[in-house]
Amino acid sequence: MTTGSRFDRLRLDGVSRRFGGADALAGLDLTIERGEFITLLGPSGCGKSTALNCLAGLLPLTRGSIWRDETRLDTLPPEQRGFGMVFQNYALFPHMSVRKNIAFGLQMRKVARAEVRRRTDEAIRLVHLESHADKLPGQLSGGQQQRVAIARAVVVEPSLVLMDEPLSNLDAKLRLEMRTEIRRLHQSLGLTTVYVTHDQEEALSMSDRLVVLRAGRVQQIGTPEQVHTRPANRHIADFMGFRNLLPVRVGEMAGAGVIVDGGGLHLTGSPVGEPRPGEPAVAAIRPEDIRIAAHPGEGVEVTVEVVEYQGREVSAEVRTGDGTLLHLRTARRLAPKDRIEVVLDPGRLLVFPAGPDEQGSEP
Amino acid sequence: MTPVALRHRLAERGIDARLLLLGPAALFVAALFIYPFCYGIAVSLQPAEGGPFAAYQSFFADAYQRDTIATTLWIALPAALLNVLASVPIAYRMRGRFRGKRVLTTVLVVPITLGTVLTAEGLLNFLGPTGWFNRVLLGLGLVDAPVSLTHNYWGVFLSLVITGFPFAFLLVLSYLSGIDPSLEKAGAVLGAGWAQRFFRITLPLLAPGLATTFCLTFVLAFSVFPSAILVGDPSGTTRVISIAAYEAAYVRYDYAGGAAAAIVMGLVELVVIGLVLGLRGLLYTGSTSGGKG
Repeated sequence: MTTGSRFDRLRLDGVSRRFGGADALAGLDLTIERGEFITLLGPSGCGKSTALNCLAGLLPLTRGSIWRDETRLDTLPPEQRGFGMVFQNYALFPHMSVRKNIAFGLQMRKVARAEVRRRTDEAIRLVHLESHADKLPGQLSGGQQQRVAIARAVVVEPSLVLMDEPLSNLDAKLRLEMRTEIRRLHQSLGLTTVYVTHDQEEALSMSDRLVVLRAGRVQQIGTPEQVHTRPANRHIADFMGFRNLLPVRVGEMAGAGVIVDGGGLHLTGSPVGEPRPGEPAVAAIRPEDIRIAAHPGEGVEVTVEVVEYQGREVSAEVRTGDGTLLHLRTARRLAPKDRIEVVLDPGRLLVFPAGPDEQGSEP
Repeated sequence: MTPVALRHRLAERGIDARLLLLGPAALFVAALFIYPFCYGIAVSLQPAEGGPFAAYQSFFADAYQRDTIATTLWIALPAALLNVLASVPIAYRMRGRFRGKRVLTTVLVVPITLGTVLTAEGLLNFLGPTGWFNRVLLGLGLVDAPVSLTHNYWGVFLSLVITGFPFAFLLVLSYLSGIDPSLEKAGAVLGAGWAQRFFRITLPLLAPGLATTFCLTFVLAFSVFPSAILVGDPSGTTRVISIAAYEAAYVRYDYAGGAAAAIVMGLVELVVIGLVLGLRGLLYTGSTSGGKG
């Protein structure tokens, strides 16, 4: 299958949506290239589903416009946009068999009967549901329903596939399988996909680019690696797994790095944004970037409080002499009340200004 | 086997002390429905003269009695059908949330609170030969003589629509609200216009509910009595079966005949409901949600 309506890029221009005086989405600017896998990522209520519904045409925009090359889309009803969508609850037609569900979009497009049959069969094969083609959705398991929903969305060869948290109703094992499956379909069918999720791991593993949203505003747009290693502000850092967020005060700049103090710790890290000497800041580091000191006297002395077994590693909560809590991961077998020394990797420690950056890093 | 284990096994089949809560309802049904029904059958089988089925034989032998079945069906079936069909577009339009929904629903449902007699009174005043409706038509020169809308078929029909519509509307609205709204959204994104969405997604899921609604409004309409007399033509075109039963029992004091007419009435209703529910069984009647959620 090839992408039906050829296009080069899809452009969202200041897309905004208000609900009763509150901004659910404020000025989303985004250009999607053909073949890209874009993920809208953020906690619930951040506006990611609103953005997807605006894109699908299920919600009218309050301001802004959406363009496919030179065609304006936001004034068209959903049935004329030629997109495919996978809903969070799948929204399969309960009174139609798997085959009829998948054929529905083709029939709406007045595709010839034989062609409908051929393409429906192909889509059913694609998602491995050959033996379930004549069942009703109610007779299928969650994962099978999910695959029907995906087949139904891609069989019409849409210019854009929208997915609204499609894996959130599946169990952990199936979620991993479907993640690979969706990425595989995206590549083999040459789809352009906009995917919505609150799961950062899902977003990092599937996407070409991430759009991180918070309170209706874009916080950061970048590749998974950019967002993972250099989140634009402390909120994204928090969301991306920087579990240790320490309130500190900026000391002095040391070359490209910055020295901060707080909670009895004296640390070196790399600045993000512009932390100024003497001002409050937030030092952020992932649990896996705190290691146990190799030699006595090298690091900070802490007491182990809670240890969680996590397979090859343990996750531990430790407390410094000044009472600051740190989370770390290590392969060493720790036990509560152990006294150890830890080192915070200066290359992985990020220092964010603590100012009120509620409006995003680049307003 | 200890007594505790027995209690557990019974409870697993739904037999426990809570079953007693059904007592009052069962008593109520037995006293007010089952007993009178059996009593009616017994009375109908004990006519003053002739064999046990003499009352039924004379009902069906006499065209004046027999034709009340067709007369009643001729009023009740179209009225029930119109009530259901009129409810669908209005309920469809009102299924979402919007400002003023409660007020509009109240206005549509108010006729339930009016008794049949009050409705009949209003119809006579409004639609009668000297009522506002005819005066307006005459005043505008649209008609030369008053249109006859009372004391005939149309009077009863309108009365049944006015009192039956709110029931049908409320039922259809609740059936429609039970259909997952994401299904129509999915249809729209897949390229279906509103008509295709309605006829291919919503209507098939709503149809079983419409069948049930039709049965209920039909039963209401089939047992029409006051309005058939007050705004109808009770000795001619609107001589419905309940009038036949009433006349037999309380004008001719032929209790067996009255009971027989009432039983026939019940049987006709059962046949119609049986047919409609039989057809309903051919439809998709499962879940109306789009999956897990």
